[in-house]
Amino acid sequence: MRAMVYRGPYKVRVEEKDMPVIEHPNDAIVRVTRAAICGSDLHLYHGMMPDTRVGMTFGHEFIGVVEEVGPSVQNLSRGDRVMVPFNVYCGSCYFCARGLYSNCHNVNPNATAVGGIYGYSHTCGGYDGGQAEFVRVPFADVGPSVIPDWMDEEDALLLTDALATGYFGAQLGDIAEGDTVVVFGAGPVGLFSAKSAWLMGAGRVIVIDHLDYRLEKARIFANAETYNFAEYHDIVVHLKRITDFLGADVVIDAVGAEADGNFTQQLTATKLKLQGGSPTALNWAIDSARKGGTVSVVGAYGPIFSAVKFGDAFNKGLTLRMNQCPVKRQWPRLFEHIQNGYLKPSDIVTHRIPLEHIAEGYHIFSAKLDDCIKTVIVPSAA
Amino acid sequence: MTYTADKPPHTETREELQRRIPGWGADLDPRDRPSVPRERHDTGATGAHWDFPERQEEKRPRERSVEHRTLTPVFGTVAPTHGLSGVIRRYAYRKYSEARAAHWLLLVAADRVDAVESHLRSFATTRPDNPITETGVLSEFTRHGISSRFGRKRADLNHIWIDPIVVAGPWLLAGGVLYSAVRAVTKRRS
Repeated sequence: MRAMVYRGPYKVRVEEKDMPVIEHPNDAIVRVTRAAICGSDLHLYHGMMPDTRVGMTFGHEFIGVVEEVGPSVQNLSRGDRVMVPFNVYCGSCYFCARGLYSNCHNVNPNATAVGGIYGYSHTCGGYDGGQAEFVRVPFADVGPSVIPDWMDEEDALLLTDALATGYFGAQLGDIAEGDTVVVFGAGPVGLFSAKSAWLMGAGRVIVIDHLDYRLEKARIFANAETYNFAEYHDIVVHLKRITDFLGADVVIDAVGAEADGNFTQQLTATKLKLQGGSPTALNWAIDSARKGGTVSVVGAYGPIFSAVKFGDAFNKGLTLRMNQCPVKRQWPRLFEHIQNGYLKPSDIVTHRIPLEHIAEGYHIFSAKLDDCIKTVIVPSAA
Repeated sequence: MTYTADKPPHTETREELQRRIPGWGADLDPRDRPSVPRERHDTGATGAHWDFPERQEEKRPRERSVEHRTLTPVFGTVAPTHGLSGVIRRYAYRKYSEARAAHWLLLVAADRVDAVESHLRSFATTRPDNPITETGVLSEFTRHGISSRFGRKRADLNHIWIDPIVVAGPWLLAGGVLYSAVRAVTKRRS
């Protein structure tokens, strides 16, 4: 089959790869019809995530058609159109039994500090991802769901991570009616977090980024007030000014490990790989939240230490909440919001690229060329 | 406000927000949100029909964190460890827990070794690595590389100049070393 393959930092290509096989009785093999490049794929692409091996296929956002099922699979059949959450999880361990699907203890031998994620390095279990024609899906009775007939396939694709994560980020903020919510990052997750904040009753939603085209999208798609941090000497002071020097009730870090805005953090994190991420957005979140407020983190960070301003969080009495999103918990409610017309996730897709051109897809997304927000990959067998 | 007890007021009322924002307040009740409470014990909700999953066959020794009691019942099998990078990775897993910086820094070092090993190995195949096509850099010419960057207030312009060094630096360095070695040998012969 044809599959994207990592060749080292900033280098990917498409090559012939062995077809995935059933390795466990509850596995399924899915023929991928659409995949996406996620902002967190860029952490792998830039060589920041420990134990990212040459030969791995990335891609934790994908939908497809069931091609084959293992002997113990009861809930899926060949030919079913399925959406697959980015979490690989067993459904039965201590953590899954408590709804913490992203923290499953039975799928990742390489680390206990993170669950299983498709195509996301051996630190996340060593599973191939969906930027390929076919993919192995473990625990087929647990993770995937049949795509409802009424659902647009790109909406389904975005439910596998970006929308679910953005919505989860707003929930982690414990937003109360009338709260001022600041979202750092106007990428897909930030846009969805901003949109979700309104659903939870926010009185004011402010989005911060340095890419004007993304801020324009935040104004149109998420009805948000926006500021380009590159235009301000100190974005934290600006946020204090526009909140009458109170600060925001809730701040969401939807940027994660490659945040811009501080050269030293960028250099040590993304170039020298000496930090688990450049925590500039997280530090701004801590400093722009009001005392007693909440910081929600859904931007992804690696396992290496990061230079986070923990003392400010402590002294301000902040509540810090974070996790990888347990995707499937979000789906029933998000299905309702899509059906009611409150959310139209596929509105953020800007690029659709054939799998064979995935190297260009990664470069465009990484370098933020061509006003790129979200790239969908179309495999040749789709 | 702020310096007194009252919260600074918003300019929009609830009714105005409902008019302006589709779905405003649909998830207003904090107790009626999908991730609340964070932990809820409901084993029947996942679709799992086992207490503990059957074990996937371990066809070759699989490295694992020392913080796990045993190998997990299911695991990924892509890109097994090999070569010098494999030696480093297995050592990092065997020797250090996830709590130790050495664990992660060794894994990052192994990633760089893996890339070099793989580039060298590719030269012995019919499809050697090609940094031009594999970086997708030609899309700079077809996807507005210049206008996407310049004349805009992008904060990343202060560091993106490092990226070509990160990508091409090792290739240029290796080329330089190779050139010097060949030159030294030919000089010695003449």
